[in-house]
Amino acid sequence: MAAVILVGVDNSDASRRAVEFARDRAKEVGAGLVLVHVIPWSPYSFTTPEENETRHARREAELVAAREQVLEPARQLVGDHVPCATEARHGHPAELLSGLAREHDAVHVVVGRTGESRLRSMFFGSVPSQLIQIADVPVTVVP
Amino acid sequence: MSDAIRAQSLDERISDAMTPIADAVTSVVFFAVSIGGTELPLIVLWLVIAGAFFTLYLGFLNIRGFRHAIDLVRGQYSKPEDAGEVSHFQALATAVSGTVGLGNIAGVAVAISIGGPGATFWMILAGFLGMSTKLAECTLGVKYRNEHADGSVSGGPMYYLQRGVAAVTGSGGLGKTLAILFAIFCIGGALGGGNMFQANQATAQIQAVTGGADSPIADLNWLIGLVFAIAVGMVIIGGIRSIARVTEKLVPFMAVIYLTAGVIVIAFNLDAVPGAFADILRGAFNPEGVAGGAIGALIVGFQRAAFSNEAGIGSASIAHSAVRTQHPSTEGHVALLEPFIDTIVICTMTALIIVITGAYLDPDAAELGGVALTSDAFETVIPWFPNVLAVAVVLFAFSTMITWAYYGMKATGYLFNDSAKAELVFKFVFVTFTVIGASLSLGPVIGVSDSMIFLMAIPNVIGLYILARTLKRELTEYRAKVASGEFAKVGDRIGD
Repeated sequence: MAAVILVGVDNSDASRRAVEFARDRAKEVGAGLVLVHVIPWSPYSFTTPEENETRHARREAELVAAREQVLEPARQLVGDHVPCATEARHGHPAELLSGLAREHDAVHVVVGRTGESRLRSMFFGSVPSQLIQIADVPVTVVP
Repeated sequence: MSDAIRAQSLDERISDAMTPIADAVTSVVFFAVSIGGTELPLIVLWLVIAGAFFTLYLGFLNIRGFRHAIDLVRGQYSKPEDAGEVSHFQALATAVSGTVGLGNIAGVAVAISIGGPGATFWMILAGFLGMSTKLAECTLGVKYRNEHADGSVSGGPMYYLQRGVAAVTGSGGLGKTLAILFAIFCIGGALGGGNMFQANQATAQIQAVTGGADSPIADLNWLIGLVFAIAVGMVIIGGIRSIARVTEKLVPFMAVIYLTAGVIVIAFNLDAVPGAFADILRGAFNPEGVAGGAIGALIVGFQRAAFSNEAGIGSASIAHSAVRTQHPSTEGHVALLEPFIDTIVICTMTALIIVITGAYLDPDAAELGGVALTSDAFETVIPWFPNVLAVAVVLFAFSTMITWAYYGMKATGYLFNDSAKAELVFKFVFVTFTVIGASLSLGPVIGVSDSMIFLMAIPNVIGLYILARTLKRELTEYRAKVASGEFAKVGDRIGD
């Protein structure tokens, strides 16, 4: 099986450039791509009873939106010349990307720079900065 | 000034109008028999017997299942593909923030001021028995819940009473009657204990920290009630989720502050702790100066515990049914942690503080009552804590009101076929009762709150007995799956 490059995608311009970068890299080395969109979610957050009641329906809607609005445009960007799979998941973005990289035996993880404000990343850290701390394979952050 | 006089008379008018109704309801629900000179309300006996029955019938599953419950909440059995669904932790946290509230602060103080330190012992025992009842009702709540076409779910006693009981008895009549009774009482309980009592105690605490009788808002209870009503209305009628979400995040935070402060007070009085435990044990079996002696302490302890952890009442079953799980028993196990957290941990801590600081010995304890007594106890070590407690009380009250508004709404939905119009009417009635609750004096409020909430236990517990064999089968099969590894921990999960 060909090597796998895992790409974390969202709706941003940086993410689009990350997909293009990963596609070109995959062509060069003959690798396949796995495009992943993570919907931020924690099982330890606090919710209201109403939220719990509608959670299942909202989860389905979030997954459909992720596939149609994020993953499908990204796959079109990749084109037909590179083998490409997509996956939408709920979880902690950096941990889940790193975990999925392990699961798919990826040799490389590519993400776009998220461009969070200084204040926000000071408190919470950005997804790329967390990812480079925990990933088992090389990570490329595309500006 | 004329405004203040008019306002005062409004407070008093509401109070005067409600008191006879409250007294009438209370005397019916708390119909008591005399045992050895002590009045024993039959409804308290009803809940204790239910707790004891399910503890024995399920072979102390409340203890045997404890470790498994913790593992479930820690997510050790959650499959990665279920990420994004309501987690066990969230279901527990939602139900706990509905139950942890004034019962833990005010209710405990009331119990000890009436029943002495010994009431604590009986509260803990009631919490322990309540774990079994919660396990039963939440397992059944998930098993018989209703899944709607849009993926949302309705569950709780209404559904297991109607469908479950019909499956056992073979005809729909009894189950349907129990379910309708439960729904009606649930609406009453939501308006009483879930709303009026909360608004009342939060208002009392706001008055106390702003200067008591000298407070600039001393005569304006109805105004505080109105502010509460508007805030609650914005969430439940206006659908402004952000307010609810902020509250749901602040409540656990306040709970941690409350527990931390409690530990500090205990640490400052460490040498008094063994004596306090001795008082609690002695008071449990041989109290001095308590009306009705040991039985008196027992009754008041059980009563306050039941009001605090709601085991046997059926309310938490409504909240737990929203969780998508393959096995109803998982929710039951998670739910058994609620009385543990609520009664055995938090109430016991409050009780210890009241006993070791001797706050309950205040000759005015009976008049002070509720939150004020707990507040005084904390004040002996942390002088500024009453202000923090006031914030905590307001937040606990608010989150409990939001949760009970939901319970009442689901009960209304059950009675009126999920009619949006009926649910809206309920919500408007709910906020009206918030104002009424804030205006009443404590006596009638506690009476009505207690009685309506306890009434829910009558149809609910009858249903639990009828469904006991179904429940045991469900739990036994589940435990077998856990033991055989068919339902196993998810190893090395990723990213959630």
